Amino acid sequence: MKQREVPAWVGVVPFAAYTVVFLGVPVVAVVLGSFVDPATGAFTLDNFGIATSGVYLRGFGSSIGLSLVTALVPGVLGLVLALAVRASPSLRLKRAVATASGVFANFGGVPLAFLFVATLGSTGLVVELVKAVGVDLYGAGFSLYSFWGVAIVYGYFQIPLMVLVITPALEGLRPNWREAADNLGATPVQYWRHVGLPVLAPAVLGCMLLLFGSAFSAYATTSALTSGSLALTPIQIGSFLNGNVLSGQENVGRALGVGMIVVVGVLMALYALLQRRVSRWLQ
Amino acid sequence: MAAVISDLGATTTAEPPAPARSRRRGGSAWARRLVLVIAGLYFLVPLYAAFRFAIGTSDGGVSGAVFAGIPAQDGFLDAITLTVRLAVIALVITLVLVVPTAVWVHLRMPRLRRVLEGVTLLPIVVPPVVLIIGVLEVAPPELKGTPDLLALVYVVLALPFAYRALDSGLQAIPLTTLVEASRSLGAGWGRTLVSVVLPNLRSALLAAVVLTVAMVFGEYTMASLDQYQTFPVWIVVFQQANARVSVAVSLLALLGTWALLWLISLVDRRRQSPEDT
Repeated sequence: MKQREVPAWVGVVPFAAYTVVFLGVPVVAVVLGSFVDPATGAFTLDNFGIATSGVYLRGFGSSIGLSLVTALVPGVLGLVLALAVRASPSLRLKRAVATASGVFANFGGVPLAFLFVATLGSTGLVVELVKAVGVDLYGAGFSLYSFWGVAIVYGYFQIPLMVLVITPALEGLRPNWREAADNLGATPVQYWRHVGLPVLAPAVLGCMLLLFGSAFSAYATTSALTSGSLALTPIQIGSFLNGNVLSGQENVGRALGVGMIVVVGVLMALYALLQRRVSRWLQ
Repeated sequence: MAAVISDLGATTTAEPPAPARSRRRGGSAWARRLVLVIAGLYFLVPLYAAFRFAIGTSDGGVSGAVFAGIPAQDGFLDAITLTVRLAVIALVITLVLVVPTAVWVHLRMPRLRRVLEGVTLLPIVVPPVVLIIGVLEVAPPELKGTPDLLALVYVVLALPFAYRALDSGLQAIPLTTLVEASRSLGAGWGRTLVSVVLPNLRSALLAAVVLTVAMVFGEYTMASLDQYQTFPVWIVVFQQANARVSVAVSLLALLGTWALLWLISLVDRRRQSPEDT
C-alpha cells in the first residue's frame, strides 16, 4: 500500500473546499457586513449598538428565555420519560419509543405547527373540548401564538430529542449500583440523590445544552405558527431578508446573526467539553 | 436544526438487551405507567386533532376526500417536483463529497477524524437563517436566479448527518483489512471503493440518504427566505387557500418521515454487527 504515496491531505481537499465556499465564505461575509455602515461603507459598531438595544435586545431576551424554558422543561420531562421506558420490562415499548422519538425529533417545523393549530388553535380540538366543560382557554389569556403557546409546541420535538440523546447515557447507570444501594437499605430517594443523579448530571446538562441550541436556532415552527408576530431573534433576522428594514439599518440583521453564532458557538463548545468528560466517565 | 443531528446514532445503532429488572417496586410501576400515559396523550392528541380537522367538512360532516385530493391542489406537484430536484442534487453532491472523504480519513488520517467531526458540527453553530443571509450576499447572480443554489447550500446542512452516519458505519467494519486485501489482489482505488467498501457500508449509506432527503423535504427557513416554493413552503402558503389540505399534507409528511426512519431501523437491525459499540 505504500508505493505511490499521495500526500494524505489531498484527499480532504474537495470536502474542505466545499465547506469553505458554502459555509466559510457566507459566514465571513455576514461577519464583515455586520461592521459596515450601509450608507458610507465605512467601519462602524453601530449595527451592534442597535442589535443589542430596544426591540432587538428584547428579541434576544425572548429567544434565550424560550430556549431556556424549552431546554429545561422538556429536558426534565424527557429524562423522566426515558427512565420510565428504561424501567419497563416491555421490549416492544422500548422499540416503539425509540422509533417514535426519532420521528418526532426529526419532524420538520412546518407540519408540526399545523398539528398544533388543529389542537390548540383558537378553534382547536382541545380548546373546544375544555370549552365544553366550561374552561375558556383563550378567554383566560392563553394563545398558541404567544410565548407559552410556542413553548408547548417546541416540547413536541424537544422531549423526543431529549429521550434520544439521554437514553445512551442511562445505560451507564449499572443495575448493580441500584442493587447495592437496595441491599444497604437505601430508599429510592436516597439512591437517586446520592448515586443516580450525580452520575447522570453531566450527561443531562450536556443534553439540555443541545436542546437549548436546537430551540434557539429554530425558525420554521415559530414563523409558520405566528407569521412573525412573536419577536424572536431568528424571526427578526428573517424579516431583514424579507425587506422589512429601516433605511440605514440594513446591516443590523447581520449583527443579529453574529450574535446568534456567538451564543450557539459558546454553547456548542461547552457541549463538546461536557461530552468529552461524560464519555470518559462512561467508559 | 440541532434537533436532527444527534439522534441518528441513538436510533439506529446498538440496541442493548434489556437488563433483567424485576423488583418489588409496586408504587413506581404505577408512576411509570402514569408517565407513559401522559406522554402518550401529549404526542397522540395533536395527531388525532389534526386528523379530525383534516377529514372534517365545512358542513360539519366527515370525509376522507381531502387526502385523495391533495395531488390535484394548486402548486402541489410543482412544489414536490422542485423539492425532489433539490433533494437529488443535494444528495449526489453530499455522497460524492462525504463518502470518499470519510473513507480516506479513516484509512490515511485517522487523527483528522476529530477535526472533521468538529467541522461537520459547524452548520449547527451557524443557524440556517444566518447562513442564508451570507449565501444570498456572496452568491453570483446566475446562481441566485435559480433554486439550485438552495440545493448547494443544503449540502452543507446535510454534511453532519451524512458524515456521522458514514463514520459510524466505517467504524463497524475492518476497513484497512478490506482495502489491503482488495489492493493486493490488484484492484485500483476506484474499484476498491465501489465493489469492496461501499457494499459493506450499505446501511450507513441508506441512513445518510434518508436523512439528507428528509432534511431537504423539511427545510423551510432557507427556502422561504430565498422565496422558492418547496414542499414545506407550499404547505404554509397554501394554508391561506385551504387549511384542511395543509393539515392533511402535514400528517402525510409525518407518516412519510416515520416510514423512512422505520426503513433505516429495519435494515440496521438485520445488519447488527457484533462489534457495534
